[in-house]
Amino acid sequence: MVDIQTPPSVRVVGGERRRSPGSLALGAHAMLTLAFLYAPIVVLVLFSFTRDSFGVRWTGFTFDWYVRLLADQRLLTAAMNTLIVALISTIVSTIIGTMTAMAMERYRFRGRTGFDALLYLPIVIPEIVMALALLAFFAFSFGLLETLFGIRLQFGLATVTISHIAFTISFVVVVVRASLKGFDMRLEEAAQDLGANEWQTFRYITLPLIMPGVIGGALLAFTLSLDDFVITFFTTGSGVSLLPVEVYGQVKRAITPKINAISTLMLLVSITLVFLSQFVQRRREI
Amino acid sequence: MAADTLASDSQQREGQIAALLRRNERLQLGLLLFPGLFWLVTFFALPLVVVVLYSFATNGPGGRIEWTFTLNNYRTLFTESLYVNAYWRSIWAGVWTTLVCLIVGYPLAYYIVRRPPRWRTVLLFLILIPFWTNFLVRTYAWMIILSNNGIINSAIQALGLPRVALYPSEGAVLVGLIYGGLPFMVLPIYASLARFDFTLMEAAADLGANQVQAFLRVMLPLTMPGVAAGSVLVFIPTVGQFVVSDLLGGAKVDYLGNLLQRLFTRSNPPNWPLGSAMAIVFMIVLTMAIIIYFRVTTEEDR
Repeated sequence: MVDIQTPPSVRVVGGERRRSPGSLALGAHAMLTLAFLYAPIVVLVLFSFTRDSFGVRWTGFTFDWYVRLLADQRLLTAAMNTLIVALISTIVSTIIGTMTAMAMERYRFRGRTGFDALLYLPIVIPEIVMALALLAFFAFSFGLLETLFGIRLQFGLATVTISHIAFTISFVVVVVRASLKGFDMRLEEAAQDLGANEWQTFRYITLPLIMPGVIGGALLAFTLSLDDFVITFFTTGSGVSLLPVEVYGQVKRAITPKINAISTLMLLVSITLVFLSQFVQRRREI
Repeated sequence: MAADTLASDSQQREGQIAALLRRNERLQLGLLLFPGLFWLVTFFALPLVVVVLYSFATNGPGGRIEWTFTLNNYRTLFTESLYVNAYWRSIWAGVWTTLVCLIVGYPLAYYIVRRPPRWRTVLLFLILIPFWTNFLVRTYAWMIILSNNGIINSAIQALGLPRVALYPSEGAVLVGLIYGGLPFMVLPIYASLARFDFTLMEAAADLGANQVQAFLRVMLPLTMPGVAAGSVLVFIPTVGQFVVSDLLGGAKVDYLGNLLQRLFTRSNPPNWPLGSAMAIVFMIVLTMAIIIYFRVTTEEDR
């Protein structure tokens, strides 16, 4: 675009055609940095197929570690738990987040700025602080319930799910609000002029148009929930196990090719989700 | 018959609710706002209040919390070297990580912005993948690379040199932190540079500025929002982390996050009041650091 406006005689600073030592250095720097970012990922994937039982050297190809994963009941249960928590928390936080985004974008009300700050805080606050706060809160309220009413509650999948919803709502709100910003309000007015009520307008006009944003938010929430370690670690309690916590526990003991294999699978899931979310965004641009 | 009247009854009620909603915009807003407000107040704001309460409580025998008011937790934090050192170590790690990520990330973001559109998309995607993928797993990958029989040591041995204990070490922790922070620095700077009008650099050159001057006086100030956002996104998680120092540092040296984790979940007995005080001071220090940072970076603008 810049090139159309600038006459050919003008030198484009840092432009394509000029291969100065500076721009070569810049290119080399970029390639090295990308290599730095990808070396660990490549090594991890590679060593999930090595015969070496320590999982740190290449001694030949095997698919054995993946087969052994299927026999590891602990890991399978943990993976199942992770999936359940991620699904439930994504559904709830997507619904709540979309409603909140609608309220924030469409209405002016007292306390809006304060609520805005409350919405952004879970994104910027150090994760460990939110995690230990949730741990303290659950323990505190469980203690209170027991002394006041004699009800005994325990940490488990429910506490993890509640916590995951609490930290993913904000991310959903940010993504959905972005898609509401470019929204043509006249479409809603037109629908209402034609006799649609509020719900019909939302269901048939607004929702389909902001759907890429809602799906994008849901995918982000799902990924965050699947990958989360810190908050999960603090809010599971003993007894139940989720995949990142299980992997962490095993990694603390030793590097094993089996952990390489499960890690590779986790990476694969995340990368698939990035592709999906990019695809959704592309669709939105068209 | 009965079913018929029931249906029309419920239809009528639905109609009434819809009418009520249309008339009352405040009710609409309330219904939309309530779930989010409820969830964040109950499961985010209240927990922080509980942490404040705990920080003034007394730790009884066996980690039982006794509700007698005390300032001892805060006193311990400021007098015992274990805690003071952990704060300094974490803040320094945060500063160094942010600085290195900035120096490495800015040129990379610049390089990506200057590519033709097709390449730009691909490169950006390559930055996005580590941004989205599991941090624990990517940290673990460094353990494989740096381990005693790992790739780097094999290469060193192949050259006929003795093996080096690369991990656990503080150097390994720093590598892991930079590795984790880099995408968070590149993306906001990229966003700023994408909005930057590069003809301004020509204007600066025409007015006699050399490339360094043009960068320092034009491009850097105009992309400062991206630099600031990236710095905050790298600094905060770095100061609060415990996974990297636990895995790559072998939990030999204590960072803030490791102490917090230990006080809350691992030590026997745990000490939640002390951990709570530690978290509160951490939040205060962090807020101050960010305010100072924004003061300094916006001052340069004027």
